[in-house]
Amino acid sequence: MTELVKVENLRVIARSDSGRETPIVRDISFAVPRGKVVALIGESGSGKTTIALSLMGYARSGCRIAGGSIRIGGRDILSLSASEKAKVRGRNVSYIAQSAAAAFNPAKTIMSQVIESAMIHRLTSRAEAEAKAVELFRALALPDPEGVGARYPHQVSGGQLQRLAAAMALISEPELVIFDEPTTALDVTTQIEVLRSFKSVIRDRNTTGVYVSHDLAVVAQIADHIIVLRDGAIQESAATEQILTDARNPYTRSLLAAANPTAPAQAAPLAADAGEPPLLEVEALVAGYGAAGSDGLPAVTVLNDVGFTLRPGTNLGVIGESGCGKSTLARVIAGLLPPAGGTVKFRGETLAGSAAERTKEQLRSIQIVFQMADTALNPTRPVDQILGRPLTFYHGVKGAERTRRVRRLLDLVQLPAHIADRYPGELSGGQKQRVNLARALAAEPALILCDEVTSALDTVVAAAILDLLAELRRELKLSYVFISHDLSTVRTICDDVMVLYAGRKVEAGSRAAMRSAPLHPYSDLLVSSIPELRTGWLDGLGKTGGEMGLGSAAVLARADRCPFFSRCPSRIESLCDTQMPPVRRLAKGTDILCHQSEAELIRLQADLRATAAAPLDRSLPGESRQ
Amino acid sequence: MTKIVDTASETLPARRGMRGWTITPVGGVCFAIAAFWLIVVLIGPWLAPHPIGAIVSFDIFSSPSAEFPLGTDYLGRDMLSRVIIGARYTVGVSLAAALIACSCGVALGMITAVIGGWFDAIVSRGLDALNAIPHLMFGLVIIAAVGTSLPVLIGTLALLYTPGSFRFARALAANVNELDFVHVARARGEGSFYMIREEILPNIIGPVLADFGLRFVFIVLLLSGLSFLGLGVQPPNADWGALVRENVSGLAYGAPAVIIPSLAIASLTISVNLAIDNLPRRLRDRLS
Repeated sequence: MTELVKVENLRVIARSDSGRETPIVRDISFAVPRGKVVALIGESGSGKTTIALSLMGYARSGCRIAGGSIRIGGRDILSLSASEKAKVRGRNVSYIAQSAAAAFNPAKTIMSQVIESAMIHRLTSRAEAEAKAVELFRALALPDPEGVGARYPHQVSGGQLQRLAAAMALISEPELVIFDEPTTALDVTTQIEVLRSFKSVIRDRNTTGVYVSHDLAVVAQIADHIIVLRDGAIQESAATEQILTDARNPYTRSLLAAANPTAPAQAAPLAADAGEPPLLEVEALVAGYGAAGSDGLPAVTVLNDVGFTLRPGTNLGVIGESGCGKSTLARVIAGLLPPAGGTVKFRGETLAGSAAERTKEQLRSIQIVFQMADTALNPTRPVDQILGRPLTFYHGVKGAERTRRVRRLLDLVQLPAHIADRYPGELSGGQKQRVNLARALAAEPALILCDEVTSALDTVVAAAILDLLAELRRELKLSYVFISHDLSTVRTICDDVMVLYAGRKVEAGSRAAMRSAPLHPYSDLLVSSIPELRTGWLDGLGKTGGEMGLGSAAVLARADRCPFFSRCPSRIESLCDTQMPPVRRLAKGTDILCHQSEAELIRLQADLRATAAAPLDRSLPGESRQ
Repeated sequence: MTKIVDTASETLPARRGMRGWTITPVGGVCFAIAAFWLIVVLIGPWLAPHPIGAIVSFDIFSSPSAEFPLGTDYLGRDMLSRVIIGARYTVGVSLAAALIACSCGVALGMITAVIGGWFDAIVSRGLDALNAIPHLMFGLVIIAAVGTSLPVLIGTLALLYTPGSFRFARALAANVNELDFVHVARARGEGSFYMIREEILPNIIGPVLADFGLRFVFIVLLLSGLSFLGLGVQPPNADWGALVRENVSGLAYGAPAVIIPSLAIASLTISVNLAIDNLPRRLRDRLS
């Protein structure tokens, strides 16, 4: 077994505007054997991307490679001149970026971009390169491999684009491929398709790779060897199996623990007084964007006939993939988007559609916390003003009393008091999200709408925020509507779970019921798509709906058929595509939107598990996004 | 420009002003020139050796001498005095017009972005229509109709440059208006005035200041153009544009009387332009 890549004592230094220098990668040494995949794992700021980029002899602006050596296939990368490095990049070493959407030029066809590096390095003729690209498209399980190259990047879905980025990286048959968080921005159901195609390509072509990720479960499926990084230093380096089963380093163990969230000691739902009205009641909600048409519906309907009831002191989890309307639901409840139909009742009172028409008391009681703490905090205001404003606005608190209460809020979200003078730009992602949460708490609400509050955070930080939410709920008797695309997160914190697909409620029930069969076919797909922390999980997985159709949750809801039809493994032809399914109550206590009877669903889902290895019939009308 | 910043921060340590603020050498020089002209504007009448209209020499278009450091003009008046007093008109009128144009434009822009709807549509289309008329032509028409005076000049220039400033501010404010922290404020129930003052203005103030500087420069040039055509500041007073026009026959003699006011216009516009490109930056230590 020969080593392709050998990194020794690599050091990278970053300098700040004021000229202060800080090492961000400290004395890293590792090797990648030919035909193997090594994963670099760590939270943001651990230096994993910096190391990956330095393998191409590149340091981002403000950073420089200060020492050490990198040898790839006998070449000393760091001693190459700029033009020699340019020859290596894309030819010997290629790179797949996290956001494929940003990596493609929207003005050129996919084919011209995929074969670009082969053309630049004059490897083959254009015709040969195109033939090779089509072959790669086929290997990556892309639909319509002959035709996809003629399309433009916006004409394919995010998961397909990520696979096309892989084709772009592999076209020049590089010795080393760097995967930089290629599936992080994707939905779980899409992530599976991409991982599966990456894995088959890596195996078939015996590719040597460096896989950068923060997600241990994903890495466990692909990598042979895992290097755990923290603050630019190696914490642990071992074979994948060993890291997963026998981690030595305490930090690795904390990563493993965070990747496998267990339900924190749940406070039993606070006993509701008999006769107390439900905290939040949503009925037959219809909402969307654009001007209302003649039928009173908006141009694009995002939510269709969604309803639920939230008892005081309980939490509701709302899950679904991007575009399913879950954030729109939060915006409607918060009064940011007046609904086109249906009602939202809070403690028995019907709420006005727009925040401007609601009473101050109603506004105070419902607070919203957004996903991106970067954009949710005004960058020009220090933390004490951000937290102080709701105190003054709702409670009329001023002066020394306000300072005292800001300090108490910071204490509540476990932030030090000196952070009050800082601006949001000077805080870390986790700190920002805590300030974001503290601002909602300042209003002393009864209900907090959490819109993907942990999605943008590292697993360890996200786990800490979830713990904090659970603790705050106990102390302050809060209720949450917790919106997420991650079923495992929702299951740790919520009493009830609602699954949305294409703006319709496809399943709703208690947390316990969501763990038992049968599930709605889409819930079943979601559950089976969550990567498990063991090697071989991906290989053992059956071909699920995620692979079959290429539809997405953003498919516009149509009244004449089941929204999940094109991806459903349990569909009934000429019934599911001609009639809207009825709401069915299952014995386990959940309501589902499906034509299949309960007994039939149990049988079908058992079958699906049993035939896990055998590929399902794929001669289905694939639906691509045009 | 980045190049200069980089080398500056490595070799000669960038000049540090207030705590944590830094400015590039180019920016510093340009600020000094702009400040120089501002001082001239403020203390001009005490600085000028002769009254603006006084004919002090029988020699016209004379070269610099000890008595007349910048020579004399086509009537034998002292150029130094005329440039110093002319600065009051050029800088004063332009600054007043730019201030009015930008405050009206930015305020309207933010209000329309926050309120939106039909109010936005009416104001935007109305100002677009105004913007569609060529500036110099429109200015000529107004001044020809109303007659020229300082208030009319300031008002006309402000009116001409308000739509551009409005468009710019509205585009910026509309972007900020869609950010999550503005949604949070709206969900909290904040009024439009608070939204504009606290959430939007602080986040667009940087580009708005840069735009103000540019607009000031445009107004200086337009005012000089109007004066060159004889429609600006009226004799015996003169702004720099008028000084160029009345002395243009001195070009044949290479007289400083025509070159000095041209240089003054160039130094003011270029330095203000470069100064706003090199505004002092606050040092942000991202690594801390």
